[in-house]
Amino acid sequence: MKRAIFTLGLAIGLGFSAVPASAQTLKAVKDRGSLICGVSQGLPGFSSPDDKGAWTGLDVEFCRAIAAAVFNDPAKVKYTPLSAKDRFEPLKSGEIDVLTRNTTWTLSRDALFNFAGVNYYDGQGFMVRKALKVNSALELNGASVCAQTGTTTELNLGDYFRANNMRYEVIAFATADETVKAYEAGRCDAFTTDVSQLYSEKLKLANANDHVILPEIISKEPLGPVVRHGDDQWLDVVKWVHYAMLNAEELGVNSKNIDEAVKSNVPEIKRLVGTEGNFGEQLGLTKDWAVRIVKHVGNYGEVFDRNVGTGSRLGISRGINRLWTKGGIQYAPPIR
Amino acid sequence: MKRGTTGGPPRVAVHNNPKIRSAFYQAVVLALVLGCAYAFAVNASANLRAQGFASGFGFLGNTAGFGINQTLIAYSETDSYGRVFVVGLLNTLLVAGLGIVFATILGFIIGIARLSPNWLLARLAGGYVEAIRNLPLLFQILFWYLAVLGTMPGPRDSIGIGLQPILAALGDATAGLGLPAAIVDLWRSLAAWVGPPDVYLNNRGVILPRPLLGAGFEWVAIAFVVAVLAALALRIFARRRLDATGRIFPAGWVGLALIVGLPVAALFALGVPLGFEHPQLRGFNFVGGVRVIPELVALLVALVTYTAAFIAEVVRAGILAVSRGQSEAAQALGLKRGATLRLIVVPQALRVIVPPLTNQYLNLTKNSSLAVAIGYPDLFAVFAGTALNQTHQAIEIIAITMAVYLAISLVTSVLMNWYNARNRLIER
Repeated sequence: MKRAIFTLGLAIGLGFSAVPASAQTLKAVKDRGSLICGVSQGLPGFSSPDDKGAWTGLDVEFCRAIAAAVFNDPAKVKYTPLSAKDRFEPLKSGEIDVLTRNTTWTLSRDALFNFAGVNYYDGQGFMVRKALKVNSALELNGASVCAQTGTTTELNLGDYFRANNMRYEVIAFATADETVKAYEAGRCDAFTTDVSQLYSEKLKLANANDHVILPEIISKEPLGPVVRHGDDQWLDVVKWVHYAMLNAEELGVNSKNIDEAVKSNVPEIKRLVGTEGNFGEQLGLTKDWAVRIVKHVGNYGEVFDRNVGTGSRLGISRGINRLWTKGGIQYAPPIR
Repeated sequence: MKRGTTGGPPRVAVHNNPKIRSAFYQAVVLALVLGCAYAFAVNASANLRAQGFASGFGFLGNTAGFGINQTLIAYSETDSYGRVFVVGLLNTLLVAGLGIVFATILGFIIGIARLSPNWLLARLAGGYVEAIRNLPLLFQILFWYLAVLGTMPGPRDSIGIGLQPILAALGDATAGLGLPAAIVDLWRSLAAWVGPPDVYLNNRGVILPRPLLGAGFEWVAIAFVVAVLAALALRIFARRRLDATGRIFPAGWVGLALIVGLPVAALFALGVPLGFEHPQLRGFNFVGGVRVIPELVALLVALVTYTAAFIAEVVRAGILAVSRGQSEAAQALGLKRGATLRLIVVPQALRVIVPPLTNQYLNLTKNSSLAVAIGYPDLFAVFAGTALNQTHQAIEIIAITMAVYLAISLVTSVLMNWYNARNRLIER
C-alpha cells in the first residue's frame, strides 16, 4: 500500500501545483545548490552504494558530470533511489531533476518525457543455471521466467515467446533483489533483464559460476538519462554533458591530460575546453564546462572502463558502446 | 403580537435562527470542499495535458502485452488492460476469499484451544498467538515464500505424493537390508503396478490432476443443488418440530449425508462420467493437470496464519464475555458440553465476536496487496503496478484501485453487519 500512497501523493502534488514543474530546471538546480538524480536501488556498475554508502556507477558518474558542469563540484548531487515501477512519477512531479536509472528509450516513454541520449546500448537476455544444459533462449519452451515488474522486460519477454510459439510462465516481482532471490531459490528456470544487469546481478549470486548468460539478445535497450518535457534548455544541458564526454574521448582528452589539453592549439580541442568560442555559455553554463566534466569525472571511455568495463568487477567488453571511430555506435555531434 | 401570548417559540431574525445558521455553515463547508475537489481535478488535468499525458479511461481498451502467471479467466498478452484489471481483481478476490475462510476456521480452533483446560494445548495456542501476531506480515510472507520455496526440489526431482514412491522406497529398504530378492521384486512390481503418482510437489507449486467432466456430469451438479435445498428444508422442519414438540432432530448430520450422498449416488448411477488429465513431466515442468503456484500458497499461508492469531484473540474475548452462569445453567439443565457450546455460549459470544471479526476480514483483504513482494499477480501488482507503469495513467489507475478496495471492504462490512444484526440480543 505504501506505493499507492506514494503515487497518490504525487497525484495530489500534480493537482495542486499551479505552475507545471517542468520549466526552468537549470535555474532551480543552481538556486538549490545541488542536483537531484533518480537512480536505481542498487545495480552494481550503474548505480549502487559502496561499502561507505557513497553512490558509484556509470549512471552515478553521469550525474556527477552534470554537477561538475553546473557547479564545478561533482559532489553536489543528491541521489533518490527508485524502483523500476516508481521511477517516472517523481520525474513527472519535479521531485528529481534527471532520471539516470538505466532506463530504456522507447516511443511511449519519449512521448511523455525527453531522452537526452544513450549512455549505454544494451539488450535483453537470459541467465540460466548451467545444470539445465540450455544453450539457447530458443530452448526455453515451457520455462518459468523471473522478471521485474514495470519494465520493458516484461513486454519483450511476451513478444519473444509469442513470436517463437513457445509457452512460458512469467513471475514478476517489485524489485530486482526479490527477483534475483526467487531465481536463486529455484522458482524460475531463467532470469531475464538487460544483459548489463544480468552481469551485475550474477556477481551477487552465491555461486556465480553455476550460472550462464545465454547468447541471444532479444531486444534493443538503449539506456539513457531522462528529463521532463517542456524544458529545452535543461534537455540541452544534459544532452551535451554526455556529448562532451564522448567528444573528449574521441579527441583523446582525459582526466589525466586535461591540464595540457587546456593549452592545446588543436581547434577542436580548443572549442571543447572553451579557449575558443563561448559554447558553454550558449547552454547557460560557463566556458570551461567541459574541462570541469573531464577533470572531475573523466571522458566516456574512462567512466565506462571504471564502472562496467574491463577495469571493473563486471568486466563487460565495450562492444557496440565503442566510439564510432572504433567500430561502435557511440557518436556525438560536434561542438561548434 | 405579544411575546408569550401565542404559545409558540419566540420570534427571531432569520440570521439568528440556529437551524438556518447551521444549515448555512454546512452549505459553505460543502461548497468549499466541492470547490477544492473541482479545482484539483481541473488543475491536475491541465497540468497533465501541458506535459503531454493522456487522461481518461480510454487506455483500458489498449493491448497490455505482458504475461500473467495465474489467471482465473482466459488471458493472453494480446488482451487489453481492462482484462488485466479483471484478472487482477479475480486473483485478489481468490486469495481474500480463501484467506477469510481458512483464517476463520484456524482462528476459532486456536481461540477455543487457548481456553482449553488442557495445560499444554492452552500454552501452545497462547505461544502461537504471541509469536505470530508480533512479527511483521511482510516478513512472514517472504519467509513462507523464500524459506519454504528454497527447500522444495526442482521439477525434475519433484516429490510425488502417492503409493508408488512409498512402495519403491520399501523395495530399496529391503534390498538394503539384504533380504531375499523375491521380496524386493514383490515391492518393486507392486510399485510398477500402482503406476506413477498424480500429485507432485516442487518449487513450481503443487501439481494436481485436472478433472475432466464427461457427458451427464450436469446431473451430478443438479443432484448437489437438490441435496443442498433438501438439507435447508430439513433444517427448517427440525427447528419447527423442536419448537412444537421439544424433540431434537439431527438435521445437521442428515443434511450432510444428503449433500455428500446424493451427488455420489448420482455419479455412480451415471457410470462415473469423470476422468482425470494426469500431469506429465515434459521439458522444464509438468504439462497437463492443474498447478497451484507457490506464490498463492505462500501468500495464503502467511495471511491465514497471521490473521488467525488475531481472530483467536477475538474469539477468546467473545467466549470469555459470556458469563459463566450461562454455561452452569445449561449444565444444570442437563445439556452436554457440545450442546452447551453450540446452543448457549457461541450464539451469545458471536455478538461480541462479529464486529471485531469484520475488522480482521477487512485487514486480510487489504493486506493481500503485499502480494507484490512475492510476485503473486493480484490487482495491486498487475494493475496498479505493471499496467500503471506501462500506461503512466497514475490518477485513473489509482482511483480505480482505491474504488475496488473500498467496494470490497464495504460489501464485506455490509454482509457482516447484516449477520451481526441477526445475532444481536433481542430484548424483551
